[in-house]
Amino acid sequence: MRALTWHGTRDVRVDTVPDPEIVNPRDAIIKVTSTAICGSDLHLYDGVIPSLKSGDILGHEFMGEVVEVGAKSTLQKGQRVVVPFTIACGGCFHCHVEQYSACENSNPAEKQDMSTALYGQPMSGLFGYTHLTGGYSGGQAEYVRVPFSDFGPIVVPDHLDDDKVLFLSDILPTGWMAAENADIQPDDTVAVWGCGPVGLFAVQSALAMGAAKVIAIDHYPHRLELARKLGAEIINFRETHVLDALMEMSGGIGVDAVIDSVGMEAHGFALDNMLEIAKQKVGIGADRAHALREALMAVRFGGKVSIPGVYGGLTDKFPTGALMEKGIQLKTGQTHVQKYTKALLAKIEAGELDTTFLISHRLPLEEAPRGYKCFKEEQDVWTKVVLKPGMEKTQ
Amino acid sequence: MSADNGRPGIGAAAGLGLALGAAALTAFLGSRGSGRRDWNGDDAPGFTQRRSFGKYDVVGRTVTIRKPRAELFAFWRDFGNLPHFMENLERIEVKDLAKGRAVWTIKAPAGRTVDVESEIVREVEGELIAWRSVEGSDIDTEGRVTFTDAPGDRGTRVSLLIAYDPPAGELGRAVAKLFLREPAIQARHDLKRLKMLMEAGEIATSARTKDQTRSAKQSANEQETA
Repeated sequence: MRALTWHGTRDVRVDTVPDPEIVNPRDAIIKVTSTAICGSDLHLYDGVIPSLKSGDILGHEFMGEVVEVGAKSTLQKGQRVVVPFTIACGGCFHCHVEQYSACENSNPAEKQDMSTALYGQPMSGLFGYTHLTGGYSGGQAEYVRVPFSDFGPIVVPDHLDDDKVLFLSDILPTGWMAAENADIQPDDTVAVWGCGPVGLFAVQSALAMGAAKVIAIDHYPHRLELARKLGAEIINFRETHVLDALMEMSGGIGVDAVIDSVGMEAHGFALDNMLEIAKQKVGIGADRAHALREALMAVRFGGKVSIPGVYGGLTDKFPTGALMEKGIQLKTGQTHVQKYTKALLAKIEAGELDTTFLISHRLPLEEAPRGYKCFKEEQDVWTKVVLKPGMEKTQ
Repeated sequence: MSADNGRPGIGAAAGLGLALGAAALTAFLGSRGSGRRDWNGDDAPGFTQRRSFGKYDVVGRTVTIRKPRAELFAFWRDFGNLPHFMENLERIEVKDLAKGRAVWTIKAPAGRTVDVESEIVREVEGELIAWRSVEGSDIDTEGRVTFTDAPGDRGTRVSLLIAYDPPAGELGRAVAKLFLREPAIQARHDLKRLKMLMEAGEIATSARTKDQTRSAKQSANEQETA
């Protein structure tokens, strides 16, 4: 089959690789019909997430048709399914308490040591990410082996197009959980850093949860415009002093809830960020945490902090004083996708949530490397790339 | 030394040249559970302490498995199940089920295997199984697995403790290379695999094809080196 494979920093290619097979009884094989490039794929593309191997198949946002099932899969051939990017067994303690992205059994035993060294306990398995999360072959391919297929994938009705439901795999639940983690109350003013897909869905979710005001922060005009269309007020950090603006826009007390949907590769020319860009370039590997520092300064005393943006390691000059003195509530983590898919599918079906506005480009799988390059370098216009195996060439 | 239920503790089997090992094992079980307070004085399991103990290496590890204690005990007590999750264990031949006498055939480099005969020295239904190698075995080892209820509905805490005398000689080095090079890592991974098997019904692998699984790769390597 054909698949998008990683070969090094900013080096991804479409290669011919062996087809996946049923390996375990609960497996299913999915023929991919749509798969997206995620902002966190760009962290892999940029080489700031460790432990990828040359030839690894990327991609963790995908859906398709069931073409083969193992003895213990409950799926049926021909069903259309969206597959959560978090692989979860359904039987462990964390699955029992609906913390699916902390599943104890989906990361192979011998792969759990690295993330245990980094974080104290192991990460769960994720599709198409790093060997810290199992090294599972990802969804930017014609076919994918899906473990625990009786538990994760959600069957979608035929009348909903791929474009409407694909994002149930990651970014829609991630934006929703980002807002839920901010514990939004009806009178709240909420600030969202980053108008990428997760940030935009967080804006949409926060408004759906009844926030009085949502303020979106970015520097790409087109992305800010998308946030405004969703109902947010906007701040362009290239033009405006963000902290001053947020104090004013929250009536002088600070914002009630902050959501950092930027993560470890913040943009901008603030001093801390420039130092951290330099460190990442020489391989010291510090996370660039400018957005998070700013969010911690902007949040009001007793306010709420939600971090859906991806960080991987350590950072310097972290405002521990603000963290403690302000009495904030902090919620973080990879998304517990399986917890949200059913309810969000119902909202999509009822027309309460639209996800298609985000898609700027549709490309055949063969043009995936161009998709990565443009998503990275032309972020203003390339807001979301959906790859379709078998689609006609666009160039 | 404690001897709950009136049965001899693992150390009571010491007459067979395992005195130090037995003492090591007991020491590393921890202070509160065994009523001892002569080590660190804290409540942590002994195998987490910083000091080493004599010529025996001791490894210990705990996992919580969301299954009833009795079910897990029964699964382990049926030694034929162990190779399903112990990666370097090729097979176990049970010679006497009641006495727990069994021959463990352990994988060694170049397609070779090493046999260790063991017997159960102590067993408490649903709680504990302790075993040791019989005299003359290639590896001088003993171990115990304990099953205790986790809080609420969290299932069972399974703790594995293994003491062994790192082997000497050519064979010993060969064995150490695979089986005993890092028993702590092996024990950790084996317990994780047991947990997967019991909770998920299968052992997770990220292999995309059957010939990429660890067992497939291992048998391919063995054929190559044999």
